[in-house]
Amino acid sequence: MSELRQIAFYGKGGIGKSTTSQNTLAALVEMGQKILIVGCDPKADSTRLILNSKAQDTVLHLAAEMGSVEDLELEDVLKVGYQDIKCVESGGPEPGVGCAGRGVITSINFLEENGAYDDVDYVSYDVLGDVVCGGFAMPIRENKAQEIYIVMSGEMMALYAANNISKGILKYANSGGVRLGGLICNERQTDKELELAEAMAAKLGSKLIHFVPRDNIVQHAELRRQTVLQYAPDSAQADEYRQLAKKIHENSGKGVIPTPVTMDELEEMLMEFGIMQSEEERLAAIAASEAQAG
Amino acid sequence: MPQSADKVLDHAPLFQQPEYKEMLENKKVKFECGHPDELVQEIGDWTKSWEYREKNLERTSLTVNPAKACQPLGAVFASAGYEGTMSFVHGSQGCVAYYRSHLSRHFKEPSSCVSSSMTEDAAVFGGLNNMIDGLANTKALYDPKMIAVSTTCMAEVIGDDLNSFILQAKEKGSVAEDFDVPFAHTPAFVGSHVDGYDNMQKGILQNFWDKGERTPTEAINIIPGFDGFAVANNREIKRMLDEMGVDFTFLGDVSDVYDTPSDGEFRMYDGGTKLDDIKEALNAKHTLSMQQYCTPKTLEYCEAKGQETSALHYPMGIQATDEFLMTISELTGKAIPDSLKKERGRLVDALADSQAHLHGKTYAIYGDPDFVYAMARFVMEMGGEPVHCLATNGSKKWAKQMEEMLAASPFGKQAQVWAGKDLWHMRSFLNTEPVDMLIGNSYGKYLERDTGTPLIRLMFPIFDRHHHHRFPTWGYQGALTTLVKILDTVFDKLDDDTIVPGETDYSYDLTR
Repeated sequence: MSELRQIAFYGKGGIGKSTTSQNTLAALVEMGQKILIVGCDPKADSTRLILNSKAQDTVLHLAAEMGSVEDLELEDVLKVGYQDIKCVESGGPEPGVGCAGRGVITSINFLEENGAYDDVDYVSYDVLGDVVCGGFAMPIRENKAQEIYIVMSGEMMALYAANNISKGILKYANSGGVRLGGLICNERQTDKELELAEAMAAKLGSKLIHFVPRDNIVQHAELRRQTVLQYAPDSAQADEYRQLAKKIHENSGKGVIPTPVTMDELEEMLMEFGIMQSEEERLAAIAASEAQAG
Repeated sequence: MPQSADKVLDHAPLFQQPEYKEMLENKKVKFECGHPDELVQEIGDWTKSWEYREKNLERTSLTVNPAKACQPLGAVFASAGYEGTMSFVHGSQGCVAYYRSHLSRHFKEPSSCVSSSMTEDAAVFGGLNNMIDGLANTKALYDPKMIAVSTTCMAEVIGDDLNSFILQAKEKGSVAEDFDVPFAHTPAFVGSHVDGYDNMQKGILQNFWDKGERTPTEAINIIPGFDGFAVANNREIKRMLDEMGVDFTFLGDVSDVYDTPSDGEFRMYDGGTKLDDIKEALNAKHTLSMQQYCTPKTLEYCEAKGQETSALHYPMGIQATDEFLMTISELTGKAIPDSLKKERGRLVDALADSQAHLHGKTYAIYGDPDFVYAMARFVMEMGGEPVHCLATNGSKKWAKQMEEMLAASPFGKQAQVWAGKDLWHMRSFLNTEPVDMLIGNSYGKYLERDTGTPLIRLMFPIFDRHHHHRFPTWGYQGALTTLVKILDTVFDKLDDDTIVPGETDYSYDLTR
């Protein structure tokens, strides 16, 4: 067995992290890799396409039921799905209560101590939204994920999030081994999306790993709780994910320490691409619409 | 006025004076508004029944008086075993006051340990600044050779990453790059003090061994584990191995720092394993743990580094000491000297002398997993019968080990093993299936008061008896000390039961 490779997917909520990561990992299996997915999102939807089922029982849910994490056995939480991909969901509290971040720490410690990482080539963490607190940074601590992949799109908020996540990575990269693997653009069909994604990647000192085109087939597969690789293995979209998987596989050790930018710089870039208006443009637009109304 | 400056009374005799008796009675009648005495009595009696015991055992969402402490306490204890080492607990202040006072009250020695004093803002923004300032202050104020960092719940809940924090603190010049700052994450809400001990031991070894190259030698390392009797026990181990002519390195030895002399000089640090010796210990061929449940992760790490390892269960009693000495003999090729064989013979002789008073005595034992294992085994060696063996921090694996050990002896036939139960469960056990003696720590005195079972204090913490920890419980000599404590309790009970003149003074039975 080669050395364990650990990667993590981050990105703004709703950007398609879980879909992208599961499809990519399904493609990685075709390359002969043994994979463990660790879902780090209280919603626990990081593994449903692989397991072809509704959300699985989570580490924290079962621990709470049994009284403590110490009572838990690995077999209780580890499910095997499509092409023998191992799946674990850390889970977490209901919205509005408790501490989801601590949940991530607890789960990952449990998995490591109980040998979940033995006998796999890849561990992939799927982490919610933003690096909002210390707990959600657990996957990027020393000896965890070596590379982080940020799933984003040409939308402004996704770019903000990508920048913020880079700030989180930077905090740990200086004192440890974690690197930014690159950006994955999940097409939203916004203006100049590819160019913008490439520009963003360049600003962060990184690269755009892959531009995943929008295709309705993803939606069709998802409704059947399947990855595209399983639902339509011969489709063009499946090939896109295969390419992405290959690029990630070959990107081992090529991550960088990101160079996140200030809000001003980010907004300047968005203005250059015409996505955001400058202050003058904004006032002019308001005046124009008022004149029209008058 | 019963209290006067010339003769100050403690609260207990004071409250027995008529003024106070009256006051307390008044308070009860006028302000406490409790249930009538008969009802209190009735419910009190009911809590001693089998029915209540069964309800008690069904309890799932409540723990009453757990017989365990939290991880950082074990981490602080582990750190204290190293030369010039200051424990630094990253988190809130109150927790750290608890570790200090707990250790101080037991060992009757100052226990130094600092906190990064995290407050509201640190909880929101993360404790990096506290780490930076804290390490710098610790170095400046207390001049340690090493600062061992562990964590309280607060730092763990917000997910502070020690590795990254310590590196960043060093980059910011808090302490020098090459200053040793080992660390361990020790969330208090996971496991117990024995796990904290394990994590910190591993953290310290990692600090020195991760980058080191191992060139194997014939040396051996010994890890004592968390032990309230460590002061005397470590010295006893040293004495026995000196007699054998065996050279070894303690990985963590608190026997000096928790037993400093009063000679006019305050020693914040004293003794402990030298930092150079920790580095050298990487080369040892074998690391022996005296307490299996205090060292699982540490031993795993030693193995990953290429060492052989083995683990005992608290070498107290005959077989346990035999095993210890034979293991050492096997590892080093040195014979067990006649002097130690004689000690063993004397212990067996003592056991035989007192057999009439030991045979068939029943015991309830609680404490840390390794201690309970050793104690139950020793009790059986002296002809006693363990009835209740309880470890709040005992795992299923421990329970299985216990059951196997107990099943191997006819004296273990009626024994029941209680993993994960607490002292309120123990109260039910003592009420429904009474035993002759209870073995545990100071917290057992309330069980003694409630159930009339005489308590023998052999487990950390012992707050209400002094200096017992200065005498060993390990080795043949230690077993002798333990035996005497048990016999004293047997005889005291006999005397107490025949103390009423004209009523129970049946004889002039002086010789026992």
